[in-house]
Amino acid sequence: MENTATRYLIRNARLADGTRTDLLLADGRIQELGTALSHAGATVIDADGLLALRGLVDLHTHLREPGYEQSETILTGSQAAAIGGFTSVFAMANTSPVQDTAGVVEQVLALGERAGYVTVQPIGAVTLGLAGERLAELGAMATSRARVRVFSDDGFCVSDPLLMRRALEYVKAFDGVIAQHSQEPRLTEKAQMNEGALSSELGLAGWPAVAEESIIARDVLLAEHVGSRLHVCHVSTAGAVDVIRWAKARGINVTAEATPHHLLLTEDLVRGYDARYKVNPPLRRREDVDALRAGLADGTIDIVATDHAPHPVESKDCEWDAAANGMVGLESALSVVQASVVDTGLLDWRDVSRVLSAAPARIGRLASQGRPLEVGAPANVTLYDPAASREFGRDDLAGKSTNSPYLAMTLPGRVVAVFHRGTATVLDGVLRAPAELGGREEPQHG
Amino acid sequence: MKHLLSTKDLSRDDAITLLDIAEDMADVSTREVRKLPTLRGKTVVNLFFEDSTRTRISFEAAAKRLSADVINFSAKGSSVSKGESLKDTAQTLAAIGADGVVIRHPASGAPQVLATSGWIDAGIINAGDGTHEHPTQALLDAFTIRRRLHKAASRGKGLDGVTVTIVGDVLHSRVARSNLWLLTTLGAEVTMVAPPTLFPMDMTGWPAAVSFDLDDAIDAGPDVIMMLRIQQERMNAAFFPNSREYSRRWGLDDERFARLAPTSIVMHPGPMNRGLEISSAAADSAASTVLEQVANGVSIRMAALYLLMSGDREES
Repeated sequence: MENTATRYLIRNARLADGTRTDLLLADGRIQELGTALSHAGATVIDADGLLALRGLVDLHTHLREPGYEQSETILTGSQAAAIGGFTSVFAMANTSPVQDTAGVVEQVLALGERAGYVTVQPIGAVTLGLAGERLAELGAMATSRARVRVFSDDGFCVSDPLLMRRALEYVKAFDGVIAQHSQEPRLTEKAQMNEGALSSELGLAGWPAVAEESIIARDVLLAEHVGSRLHVCHVSTAGAVDVIRWAKARGINVTAEATPHHLLLTEDLVRGYDARYKVNPPLRRREDVDALRAGLADGTIDIVATDHAPHPVESKDCEWDAAANGMVGLESALSVVQASVVDTGLLDWRDVSRVLSAAPARIGRLASQGRPLEVGAPANVTLYDPAASREFGRDDLAGKSTNSPYLAMTLPGRVVAVFHRGTATVLDGVLRAPAELGGREEPQHG
Repeated sequence: MKHLLSTKDLSRDDAITLLDIAEDMADVSTREVRKLPTLRGKTVVNLFFEDSTRTRISFEAAAKRLSADVINFSAKGSSVSKGESLKDTAQTLAAIGADGVVIRHPASGAPQVLATSGWIDAGIINAGDGTHEHPTQALLDAFTIRRRLHKAASRGKGLDGVTVTIVGDVLHSRVARSNLWLLTTLGAEVTMVAPPTLFPMDMTGWPAAVSFDLDDAIDAGPDVIMMLRIQQERMNAAFFPNSREYSRRWGLDDERFARLAPTSIVMHPGPMNRGLEISSAAADSAASTVLEQVANGVSIRMAALYLLMSGDREES
C-alpha cells in the first residue's frame, strides 16, 4: 500500500506560464524542479501534454456535514473536490448545528483532516444560528484550532446595516473578512428566478438584479467607512460588476467571486421548469454572463468559487416552487472555467491559477495553499489535460448528490492527477480509495 | 394533441380546431340528452391543489357529458405542506389508471413538470398554474368573443382585427397571459391596462400595447373589454393605495361603461368583485358575457378532453 511517503516524479509537465518541467514531490513538498530529474525511488507520472497547476482552492463549498449528511458529508464532498482538481475547500457555515462556535468549526476541521483528500478550512457564521440578529463568537472561532478568517451567513444576507457594520469592524481584530450573500430580503420575497422578460412570461416571481446590487453598494461603502475587508459571494449581475469596479477604483478593500454556472449558463434554461437549474442567486441573462466574464478578465472579479450545493433527489424532482436552490459544482468547475473563459480567449492558464488557487487562498488567509509551484512549496498540484473533451455524466460526479446542471453537456478538459500535500488523491483520472491515502494526515495548523 | 399546457405554443390551426369542436359540444348541450358516449370507460382526475369550485365543476360537467368517470382529488395547500410530493401524487394517479389529469396548482409550471417527468402517462390539462397560464379560460374567452361576433357562422373563423383591452392585475394573472397569446394567435389586437405596479417588470416580447390609463383605452373604442379580478391579498402589499383609488382609476364603473360603444363586449373570468373592478350595471348588462363564459367553459373543456383522450393521443 502506498502512503504519504511515496515520491512522485511528474515528467515533462507544462506549467501555467507555458514552460516545461519535471516535478519531484517528496515529503509533502515540491523537492525539485527541472528537466530530466532522477526517477530513483519515485513513481513516475508521464505528464506530456498535461498542465501542472497549483492545487485548486474553493472559497465557497457546502459540505453539509454536520446535519445534512443525506446530501453530502465532509468525506464525500472532499472526494468531489479532489476529482475536480481541488486541494482545499472552504466549508460554508450553514450546517446543523451552524458553524457558529469554536466547537463546531473544530469538528469540521477534524473531519476534513480525517477524510484527507483536501484541506477543509471551515468558514464561521457571522450571526448566531445565521439568524441575522446577534454576532456569533467570531473571535473564538478565529483563535480556535480551525483559525477561521472567513465569516459568512451564506444562504442568508446580513441585511441589517448596523449588524453588517459591526461585523466588518469586529473582524479587523484578527484580519478576518466578511463574505456577504448579497440579497436584499424584502425585494426577493418568494423569488424564484431572475426578474425580467422570461420571468414575466413564465409567471415565476422575480429576483431582481437591484436586490443584489443595492446590498453590494451599501456594503462597499460600509467597508470603506470602517476600513475593513469585504468579500462578495457569487456576483451574478452586470450591474454588480459595475459597482465592484467602481469600489475598487475608489480603493475600497473588496474582493468578489463568480461561480462557474454564472459564467456559463443563462436563465433560458429555466423555460422547461427543470429544477436542476434553480439556484440562488438565479441564472441571469446573456448580458450578465458576458459582464461577469469581462469582470473576471479585468480583475474586477478576483476569483471563481463553486458554491457547490448538494441536494438529495427529492429536493429537485418536484415542481419549481418547491425545489431547493443550488447545484453541485466541484467536479465540473475547472472544465466549466475552461469552456467559459479560457477557450473563449479571456483568461490564460496563469489567470486560472490566480482565480482558482492563489487569490482564494489569499482572501481566506490560507498560507499553505495557492502557492507557486516552486521548490519547497507544499506539494499541492493538479495535472490537467485541457485537450480532452467528454460528455459530462453521472460517473463524473464523486459527491453524494447528482444535482448538476451539466449532465449530458459536452465539457472540455479532464483532471488526470491531484496531489494534496504530496499525497495522490487522484491518479489516472480516478479517485483513490480512502485506504490508499495513507491514513490520517497531520494537523494543518500547528 | 397529447397535453394542453399553455396557449403560448398553440398554433392557430389547433386553436381553431379546438374552438370548432367546442361548437359541436355546445350543440350537444342543447339536446334533450346532453351526453356523448365518447369517453366511456376512461377516467379523468381533477387534481386541484388550489380551491376553485367553479373551474372544477366546469371540468366535472364536461367530463361527465362525455361519459368519462370522474375522480376529484382535492389536495388543498401546497404539496409540500401536505407532506406528499407532486411525484407521489402523480404516481398514485397513474397506478389508479387515470387517462387524463386536470391539474390546478399554485406553482407555475407544475403541469409541465407533470407532463414531462415520466411519472404518469396520462394526458395533462392545465387548469391554472400559479401566475403562468390558464389555457381553457383563454379558449372559452375566445370562443365567447367569436360567438358574439359571428353567431352561427363562427366555425373556422379566427378573431382577426378584433380589439381586446384587458384591464387589471396583469402581473399575477394567468388569465391575462393565456389570453394574450391565444387572442394574438387568432389575429386579435390586445391592449393591456393596469397600474404600473401590476404589470410585469419587463414585457419585452409581449404582443400587447400597454397603457396605465383606462379612460384612454375606453375612448379608443375596443370591441372587447375584459376586466380581471383583483385578489384580496394585493390590497395590503403596496401595489396600490386602497380599493377606492383602484376603483376610481382602473375600475369599469357606470360612467366608463356608458362610454363604451353599444356593440362592445364586457367580459370577466369570475368571480367578480362588484363595485371594485366592475360595476353591477356593467356586469349585469346585455354587453356582459359573464354567464355565457361559464356556459361556454363546459363546451371548451369537453373539446379539450375529447381531443386529448379519445383515440390515439400520440398523434399530432
